[in-house]
Amino acid sequence: MTAALSTHGLVARYGDFQALYGVDIDVAEGEAVALIGANGAGKSTFLRSIMGLLPVTPDMVRLDGKPIGGTPTDRMVQNGVAIVPEGRRLFTGMSVDDNLRVAVDQADRFGRKGGWSLERLHRLFPILKDKARTQVQNLSGGQQQMVSIGRALLSQPRVLLCDEISLGLAPKVIREIYAALPEIRAQGTAIIMVEQDVGLAQSASDRLFCMLEGRVTLTGASATITREQIAAAYFGGSHAVV
Amino acid sequence: MQWFDALIQGILLGGMYAQYALGMALMFGVMRIVNVSHGDLVILLSLIGISLASAWGLGPFTVMVALVPLAVAMGWLLQKGILNRVVGDDPLPSLIATFGLSLALQNLMLQIWSANSRSLPGGGIESQSVQIGGIYIGLLPVIVLAFATGLTWGLDLMLKRTRFGRALRAASADVEAASMTGINARAVYASATAIAVGILGFAAVFQSLRSTVAPADGGAQLIYAFEAVIIGGMGSVWGAFIGSMVLGISQAIGFRIDPGFGVLAGHIVFLLVLATRPQGLFGKA
Repeated sequence: MTAALSTHGLVARYGDFQALYGVDIDVAEGEAVALIGANGAGKSTFLRSIMGLLPVTPDMVRLDGKPIGGTPTDRMVQNGVAIVPEGRRLFTGMSVDDNLRVAVDQADRFGRKGGWSLERLHRLFPILKDKARTQVQNLSGGQQQMVSIGRALLSQPRVLLCDEISLGLAPKVIREIYAALPEIRAQGTAIIMVEQDVGLAQSASDRLFCMLEGRVTLTGASATITREQIAAAYFGGSHAVV
Repeated sequence: MQWFDALIQGILLGGMYAQYALGMALMFGVMRIVNVSHGDLVILLSLIGISLASAWGLGPFTVMVALVPLAVAMGWLLQKGILNRVVGDDPLPSLIATFGLSLALQNLMLQIWSANSRSLPGGGIESQSVQIGGIYIGLLPVIVLAFATGLTWGLDLMLKRTRFGRALRAASADVEAASMTGINARAVYASATAIAVGILGFAAVFQSLRSTVAPADGGAQLIYAFEAVIIGGMGSVWGAFIGSMVLGISQAIGFRIDPGFGVLAGHIVFLLVLATRPQGLFGKA
């Protein structure tokens, strides 16, 4: 399988503070990989670097082998990489429908074709149809997350980055949202998910990457990786707990 | 009857204020950019229009046809050249940059046109009126109000219904999230400012038809535009229109009470709205 998106020695810094020290992660078409790690490990920074929100060199991020690192964020979306950002980042003061239409508009503008339409999204998350006219700030957290995922899907991405989509949601809602992932992947869309819940990350992904202090400390098939391996990689070797 | 007349004249005056306020509603109300040079741009466009009219003997509506595209180009350049460098969560940089621009424009205008007051010859429409039930209604103010209503309607529709309007509202709500949705926020902002200043092309023609303009007059138009937007409520185009009416009516009634009280009456009503309903008449709390 060739990688849809891959990073090569990705380095990122905020001013003098270096956050990532050469991260190599790849995801194939239709594959889901999970990125776990403690707070401050650099998971969100990694996703933001891919999206062109932090300066990186072209060779550090490749889409279908073509170097695209550091491309402005809006053009990254046109290239087929979309993100469900941390904290959802919906357009406050606009209705659910308008939030989603913004993504449809931009996909139309660049003639991006894909399998996603408002109708299909309404089948995936029926509540979005009922709440179409509601302003997004009046939705529950789970509904907001569905809008955020929907907005990203309507960009017709080939690679979808999900930044902690379960954060702050009730277990029932989390199950509902994660139940949508297989349909997204069936489309051929590759998913890189950052997830706090290790169990959830393991069950929803094909492969797992664990990060610690800006480096990847563990890589493997999600189904075969053990809790002990994860604990060691998560906290660093010397702090391993069994 | 006298008060009813004041009400009618106030609404007509509000039509003029609405033409300043619409661009402000877009830039300040929606994009949250403070453009201190707003009034000076009206005056600059007015003076250019007056010079065009006297050089080639153009009528006011021909001047308008020339002035609006020029205003659009000026707005686009303003955003591309200056404002795109300073936009962000902090409103202070755009305020300082446009304050500097305001001073520069005023002095540039003094240099070119001197401090004399000028006006645009309207070929008679500025003095025509009709009498309805004892009230004289000027033809020009009615035209001004009609243009203001049309522009408000068009701008509101554009914001709510078009791809561009949705992209602009999205970028105003969260620039970074907008870029994550594929929006080129700088390009959208450049177009929006082009539209906002473009509307001032209409305002400039009407302003110089109904009264005189001089290089230092911009400050008053700026204040009226700000007040109308705040009375109406941030982010609402029809709110800015109604805010302009409130301001016009307050001033017209103030003028009837005492000729020196008119402008002050408008400011007092503005302050009362700010004190009792700071989110504006149509704003959300």
